[in-house]
Amino acid sequence: MSDWLARAVRHRSFMIGGILTFVLLALAFVSLFWTPNNPYRLNIRMRLKPPSLDYLLGTDAFGRDVVSQLMVGAQNSIVVGVIAVAIGLSLGVSLGLIGAARRGWLEELIMRFSDFTLAFPAVLSAILLTAIFGPGSLNSIVAIGIYNIPVFARLSRAAGNSIWARDFVTASRACGKGAFRITIEHVLPNIVPIIVVQATIQFAIAILAEAALSYLGLGTQPPTPSWGRMLNEAQTHVFTTPSLAIYPGLAIAFSVLGLNLLGDGLRDLIDPKLARQR
Amino acid sequence: MAALLEVEDLHVTLETSRGPADAVRGVSFALERGETLGIVGESGCGKSMTALGLIGLLPERARTRGAVRLDGRDLLTMSEGELCGIRGNRIAMIFQEPMTSLNPVHPVGRQIAEPLMLHRGLNRAAAREEALRLLDRVGIPNPAARIDAYPHQMSGGQRQRVMIAIALSCNPDILLADEPTTALDVTIQGQILDLIRDLVDERGMSLILISHALGVIAENTRRMLVMYGGRVVESGPVGEVFGRMAHPYTRGLFAAIPRLGDGRARDRARPLATITGTVPELADMPPGCAFAPRCDLAVDACRLAQPPLLSIGHDHVAACIRTDHTVGVPA
Amino acid sequence: MLSVRDLTRHFTLPREGLTAPPRHVYALNGVSFDLAAGRSLGIVGESGCGKSTLARIVMALDKPTAGRVELLGEDIAGLDARQLRARRRHFQMVFQDPYGSLDPRQQVGRIVGEPLDVLEPTSKAERRQRIAEALASVGLRPTDADKYPHEFSGGQRQRIAIARALITRPSLIVADEPVSALDVSVQAQVLNLLQELQDRFGVAYLFISHDLAVVEYVCDEVAVMYLGRIVEQGPTGRVLSRPYHPYTQALLDAVPRAAADARPRKVLQGNVGSQIKVATGCPFADRCPRVEGRCHDSVPPLRVVEEGHLAACHLA
Repeated sequence: MSDWLARAVRHRSFMIGGILTFVLLALAFVSLFWTPNNPYRLNIRMRLKPPSLDYLLGTDAFGRDVVSQLMVGAQNSIVVGVIAVAIGLSLGVSLGLIGAARRGWLEELIMRFSDFTLAFPAVLSAILLTAIFGPGSLNSIVAIGIYNIPVFARLSRAAGNSIWARDFVTASRACGKGAFRITIEHVLPNIVPIIVVQATIQFAIAILAEAALSYLGLGTQPPTPSWGRMLNEAQTHVFTTPSLAIYPGLAIAFSVLGLNLLGDGLRDLIDPKLARQR
Repeated sequence: MAALLEVEDLHVTLETSRGPADAVRGVSFALERGETLGIVGESGCGKSMTALGLIGLLPERARTRGAVRLDGRDLLTMSEGELCGIRGNRIAMIFQEPMTSLNPVHPVGRQIAEPLMLHRGLNRAAAREEALRLLDRVGIPNPAARIDAYPHQMSGGQRQRVMIAIALSCNPDILLADEPTTALDVTIQGQILDLIRDLVDERGMSLILISHALGVIAENTRRMLVMYGGRVVESGPVGEVFGRMAHPYTRGLFAAIPRLGDGRARDRARPLATITGTVPELADMPPGCAFAPRCDLAVDACRLAQPPLLSIGHDHVAACIRTDHTVGVPA
Repeated sequence: MLSVRDLTRHFTLPREGLTAPPRHVYALNGVSFDLAAGRSLGIVGESGCGKSTLARIVMALDKPTAGRVELLGEDIAGLDARQLRARRRHFQMVFQDPYGSLDPRQQVGRIVGEPLDVLEPTSKAERRQRIAEALASVGLRPTDADKYPHEFSGGQRQRIAIARALITRPSLIVADEPVSALDVSVQAQVLNLLQELQDRFGVAYLFISHDLAVVEYVCDEVAVMYLGRIVEQGPTGRVLSRPYHPYTQALLDAVPRAAADARPRKVLQGNVGSQIKVATGCPFADRCPRVEGRCHDSVPPLRVVEEGHLAACHLA
């Protein structure tokens, strides 16, 4: 374990990714109790102010504090990411494991379903859903979650298949264990690392997708702060106050970068063989 | 005249997760033109690392020390560009697994022709012509039909023949074969070894054959090195070494192989001789003789200092200070 | 104790086109043998001879296309899953690759005790006791139960795999190339261990190997397989000292000898034939140095050439 830690500390992208992700989580956590200003309070007199001691990054077109909005927006991104990944993870991994355990028509069915779902990017299916159920953060979370299902299903089926081909699974079958027990006792524990890595990357993609949906006005609705909507609102002032677009843009970019680096680093640290195959 | 290849005090240090590990710890040997040399040892003894060290194909974070002189020029100090001119051209290699050594997306003919165009400057048509001749020489039946086949369309033995054709393409001085038949069936293994031996005789090449199997070494090389724990523990002409085994490890290795028809079959009163314990980890190699912890004959002096290579007979040396208890003594 | 009769296994390959007739891989073409309690039968052959398929069918991991596998008087191929589970404690398996056959994420105790989970659920204390006994019988310490496989060397891992196979006190262990992935010095330790365990527990071995010398050392009887058929069978000493079938002779001749007076060998030409064609004649006819006209016409039956010694060759 100490060996693992030592390697982790030496791994550059893991450390950078870890720090960026930690900052994201910390900002969101702190904003639950404290923000420099109330991110919801409109103040026309204070609109479009440059950075000052009271407003570290200035204010937006409605006079709201940019820092406070970014902090609360981080909460929003994390909630969307966590739920969307959880939906994809639970359903996708289950389907994938079933596919790996029951080769044949059921596996084919699951995989063709996955292909079908993958054909619609998250944003497209979200637009579809909002067209039917109306805009809102819940719908965007569900849409992103659905998009995550096939990603995890394919991954865990492929990884599961390779575990099923190993001799220790055959040994387990020779003991009379059924497919369910083998899946729970042997297959799942052995594919957890791969799934964890994919989850961090899907988390990043979910943040990006949520930002895109909110930017289009289909995701998080006002007045809840959201990085995507901050970008949208900054559009009208992009030539006069470009910083309004830059801050949420950077927040999105750094979060996504951080999570991707973290995922890459985890992949290297958990399984060096996997990293070399890429 | 100096030897074709001289290896002097070669060290290879690998960077592992547990810190640096000495995989090869001072290997020296010389190889004359046309000579066949076998290197035998178990996994982790450093035989493959020695081979890779010779030609500069070690893993990225490995360091080498010592000297490897080909016709007097030190390969270890050469640039990667210069080494590329040596590899494949003057020293050619065959590896254990022919499937992974061949590129699956190119037909085999093209893979043979490539070094011909690169090193011998042949044009495409001439290279193809030469590739056909080589395929025929290595015993691929109907080469004109097989030259455009892909590696996966061939059997393991045929792929190894293709690897040999590639190795031969530039008339190398030295053929370096690392476990060339381990992945093959017994009957195919014989075919490939015969082919290698014939080609070596025919072209006057030198051969370095690396194997874990004493039998393969005994039948195909004239001189042999036995490696253990990154060092040469015994070396000499094959007949001499098998006739008067000196190092307890060589003797143990020999005794541990079940042999066909030696009357031992099903005689439970006489189990196979074994070497107790396991091969030591590279990272925590014992001081002194690496074999001492597993050796019945070890005395305190063995554990204190690495025993020097002592002469046993003509050109026959062993790194053991207890050879008075081994040479000529029945196992 | 184990009786295999006319075992046949054909695999269907995916069709190459919609109209193309499906092709088959003929992995086993009528294999029969008997193995008595406490004895060892070696199965020898090159890749593609069907020996691994045979192991899987005997272990009831695969169903035969035709034929019977009787273990202790019962045809295990005809049992349903629940009945089979009840019988599984009588036969266990040891694999070739000691790295792939142990789950890297489980502790040794859990690996070794796995057969008990399903086959003989016991109390925690008894389970621990049984695991300790199994580990002790293969020369490992009871405290090793708390370690993970990666803390062990290849030879020790194979001991763990053998402990797992032994824990239900089976009558039969199917060992698929159990020593070919091990270093020579460790291989001898494992072979001696297998002998010793047979003497102590009276377990029978179906011992699959490509190494004739290893088979000679471990087995009472040997069956040589080629393209899904047994071509020669009999007491190990006799088959390997006086082989009748040209293929057995070729196999013996191909073994490199570690000796001072190494001599060049006669080498068999060609590759193992295709498993996709059905042989009309002797499957070995293409490579046989002594082939005659009749070899291409009819499949030679496995017949007695000496007492207890069978060979499938027209010329024997």
